[in-house]
Amino acid sequence: MSYDRAITVFSPDGHLFQVEYAQEAVKKGSTAVGVRGKKIVVLGVEKKSIAKLQDDRTVRKICALDDNVFLAFAGLTADARVVVNRARVECQSHRLTVEDPVTVEYITRFISSIKQRYTQSNGRRPFGISSLIVGFDFDGTPHLYQTEPSGTYHAWKANAIGRSAKTVREFLEKHYKEEDMESDTEVIKLAIRALLEVVQSGGKNIELAIMKQDESMKILDQEEIKKYVTAIENEKEEAEKKKKT
Amino acid sequence: MEYLIGIQGPDFVLVAADNVAASSIIQMKQDQDKMFKLSDKILLLCVGEAGDTVQFAEYIQKNIQLYKMRNEHSLQQRYGNDLFPTPYHVNLLLAGFDETDGPGLYFMDYLSALAKAPFAAHGYGAYLTLSILDRYYRPDLTRDEAVELLKKCIEELNKRLIINLPSFSVRLIDKDGIHDLEKLVPVGAK
Repeated sequence: MSYDRAITVFSPDGHLFQVEYAQEAVKKGSTAVGVRGKKIVVLGVEKKSIAKLQDDRTVRKICALDDNVFLAFAGLTADARVVVNRARVECQSHRLTVEDPVTVEYITRFISSIKQRYTQSNGRRPFGISSLIVGFDFDGTPHLYQTEPSGTYHAWKANAIGRSAKTVREFLEKHYKEEDMESDTEVIKLAIRALLEVVQSGGKNIELAIMKQDESMKILDQEEIKKYVTAIENEKEEAEKKKKT
Repeated sequence: MEYLIGIQGPDFVLVAADNVAASSIIQMKQDQDKMFKLSDKILLLCVGEAGDTVQFAEYIQKNIQLYKMRNEHSLQQRYGNDLFPTPYHVNLLLAGFDETDGPGLYFMDYLSALAKAPFAAHGYGAYLTLSILDRYYRPDLTRDEAVELLKKCIEELNKRLIINLPSFSVRLIDKDGIHDLEKLVPVGAK
């Protein structure tokens, strides 16, 4: 009966509380980090420890939207499922009508418009997710975008969302070096190091997906992540030793 | 006047389609490709109402891609059949190689009648060539024998059909994917 009443209305001092509460929901979600390199884009997520009897293939926080774009989210998983599904359909629809794969910006704009619409519709609440969208356009340029429950989106060189996002972002700001982004390994290491700051028990709880130019998304398996983590730990030890001498 | 043919072997499917795109009595294009790649190992051959064919095939193509994105693995071949009557006036052959089921060839017409068959054809040419296939087809054909059988069918078309089909695209699907074979250009009728 009262489904025609808007849920997201302005407060007297100009706030949209539902949107802000949605952002709180995002802050409770597990951390996701994204780094854009020159020829590679990387998304890493904190894998929440799952119950022993649960099949961990069903908990995927990194989703491919098309062969050239993929996304990681922080916040309400069920909301993300809806958004990801719409985005996947739009990617194919775009290919059908325009005969070209989507650009990363296009699909980000599409997702953001959906999110914004839900902050202005009758009887609907905003989506409780922020997402990091990465990929390559068909001309080979890499991109990293972040969307928020409010429906805004921005391009980033590296960013983090979810729990302790601020800490991770500060880490990225401190350690992001433009020259390092030429090397694929350095990009991956930066993402892992950033996640290790906030993830308990190290490499076991990290899921990492990479995409190199002209290749499809690859999810690194535990062995490869362990290799990077060991390399990072060795580098840390070296740095400590140097400090002492 | 359009023609499609498919022949299934023990570990491959051979398919061919004519290359003419016509408008009434005029050949508008002689290098039309009537085969649509639905996935690495599935081909959709599509003839019928001009426009409907491409629109329908591309729509199916993109939907299969969407399935792959959603489900992280490709659609199995036998589910690639769209089984309700649509306004599209298209006749199809669906040919592919499945990991578990092996090679498969499916015949579908515009009323969505569906049949899995060891060999199949669409078009007026089918009336002439199905009997040749009945006579010479064996389930254990080698790839070369299948191509020879295909050539026999196409020679017959050239002999008896009032409209000449100048060339045919030929493709073979096996466990390694889709392979383009040489275009078949039948020599003029005697």
